[in-house]
Amino acid sequence: MKSGAWITVAALGVLLLAAVASLFVGRVHVPPMEVIRGFRSDDLTLASIVLTELRLPRAVLAIAVGATLGLSGAVLQGLTRNPLAEPGLLGVSSGAALGAVISIYFGLAQIWNLFTPLLGLVGAMAAGALTFLFGRGGTLTLILAGAAVSGLVGAFVSLALNFAPSSYAAYEMSLWMLGSLADRSWDHVLVATPFIAIGIVILATLARAIDALSLGEAQAASLGVDLDRTRILALIGVGLSVGAATSVTGSVGFIGLVAPHIVRPFVGHQPSRTLLPSALLGAALLLLADMATRVIPTNQELRLGVITALMGAPFFFWLVVRLQRTAP
Amino acid sequence: MTLLSIEGVTVRRGGRTIVDGVNAELAAGQFVALIGANGAGKSSLLKAAAGLWKPDAGQVTLDGALLASLSRRTLAQRRAYLPQSPRVEWPISVERLVALGLTPRLPPFGGLDAWLEPALTQVIEACDLTAHRHQTATTLSGGELARAMLARALIGEPDILLVDEPISGLDPRHALDTVSRLQALALGSGRLVLAAIHDLTLAARYSTHILALHEGRLATFGPTAQVLTPALLRQVFQVDARISGQGLETVVHYSA
Repeated sequence: MKSGAWITVAALGVLLLAAVASLFVGRVHVPPMEVIRGFRSDDLTLASIVLTELRLPRAVLAIAVGATLGLSGAVLQGLTRNPLAEPGLLGVSSGAALGAVISIYFGLAQIWNLFTPLLGLVGAMAAGALTFLFGRGGTLTLILAGAAVSGLVGAFVSLALNFAPSSYAAYEMSLWMLGSLADRSWDHVLVATPFIAIGIVILATLARAIDALSLGEAQAASLGVDLDRTRILALIGVGLSVGAATSVTGSVGFIGLVAPHIVRPFVGHQPSRTLLPSALLGAALLLLADMATRVIPTNQELRLGVITALMGAPFFFWLVVRLQRTAP
Repeated sequence: MTLLSIEGVTVRRGGRTIVDGVNAELAAGQFVALIGANGAGKSSLLKAAAGLWKPDAGQVTLDGALLASLSRRTLAQRRAYLPQSPRVEWPISVERLVALGLTPRLPPFGGLDAWLEPALTQVIEACDLTAHRHQTATTLSGGELARAMLARALIGEPDILLVDEPISGLDPRHALDTVSRLQALALGSGRLVLAAIHDLTLAARYSTHILALHEGRLATFGPTAQVLTPALLRQVFQVDARISGQGLETVVHYSA
């Protein structure tokens, strides 16, 4: 087996185990045998409904969103050659948050539960377009434009919170931003996955370019890499996939930051080879985090973004310590 | 026969004219030392000659074809370019670093094909990197990294090699080693090598031609033995120079 391939196999193994396990874990206790039976029989028992209408779409979304975060984090770290790059870098997650907050602000979420993800998508696309408008010309320009868009959009989110029509609405908005996969249906899957799929395909085409960028922009350009095209495709790919992912789950941090770091040493730090294992690991981590929100007994729903931050932040401390040790 | 033709190339950046109407016809088998004071426009001319910067006036042609008319991939296969103090941004292995030079020859997906392995081994051997093949590139010394980057540039077998200050920061032995390698590429394998070099003694000893820039304009271009004179160095560097010896014994002395 080619060196490094086993991390992909390992990540896939963890992902499959987590995916199967996630079907057996939940607030409603369904005995394991019932779960298996629920898959096989056509009659609508409580078990089969819990399984096919609640847990399965939730697992599918967790995989799609986690893979998106892991992949886009790896692509953006490769593109910017900055280990701190994460999926929210280009402002699209903030855009999605603003769209969702607007839908809650005007009470649209109560009229139709898909208004929130749909407006989130619109917000993500608008933010991505704004980043594109101001971020042409260079990688640093793109990052700065992303930061400016995040800042501006964040201000509007704060404004919405500030003038929330009711304290309940303000609470809803804040909660949405903490991220969750609870009560997501097949409709959410249908809204998000087409965008996620297109975004992932676009990001995957950048593998060769981000490898060449290991040598810096001048050498990458001399090797035939079209830097402008690479940046634009990265923005479109991240805009579609992360925009759609954030629209349905809310903000989920750290996965996109951490997954590429975990796989990198196992693939000889070659950027293109971090993409697949990072996506698989991102999916596995998000599934595990979502299971944790269901398993840990709490009165209120434990939010997904809280768990990923609690899991991710210690990892970053470890990364800092390791850097201190290896730094010359 | 002319391989790379620089025709009236002008580069402007931030309202300043950095390279001003430079003409030079470069042929295969030449090792051209690009000399000039700091800020004379050497790096900009190299970037324009590499097709990385579009000249604001004039044009560069490769085998008679405009650089701008060639696809990025074709151009990348024909010429290699190494910037000043090339760096590697991730701790990848030397082997991986060198293999990146094959980027313009690979399909958009997939790894390194088995048939490319011999080429990789050969170029790593030729650049004396066999012992470092699996070492992490970020832990190489300056001289080793310079050789690794040269191997990266050579693995794609380009006809033209454009190098920006390949010996800056290298100790005398490694500088000598690098310059003699560049000369061998031109004389031995018939490539065109254009390298910006500040060490005038090494330029005098090893280059076949000198292309001198002075404040963005062409000061001279011609065979080293003919054009490298105290008068040229006076004009280009404002130094009093004395050139003694011949061939590999040449020494350039100078004082302000």
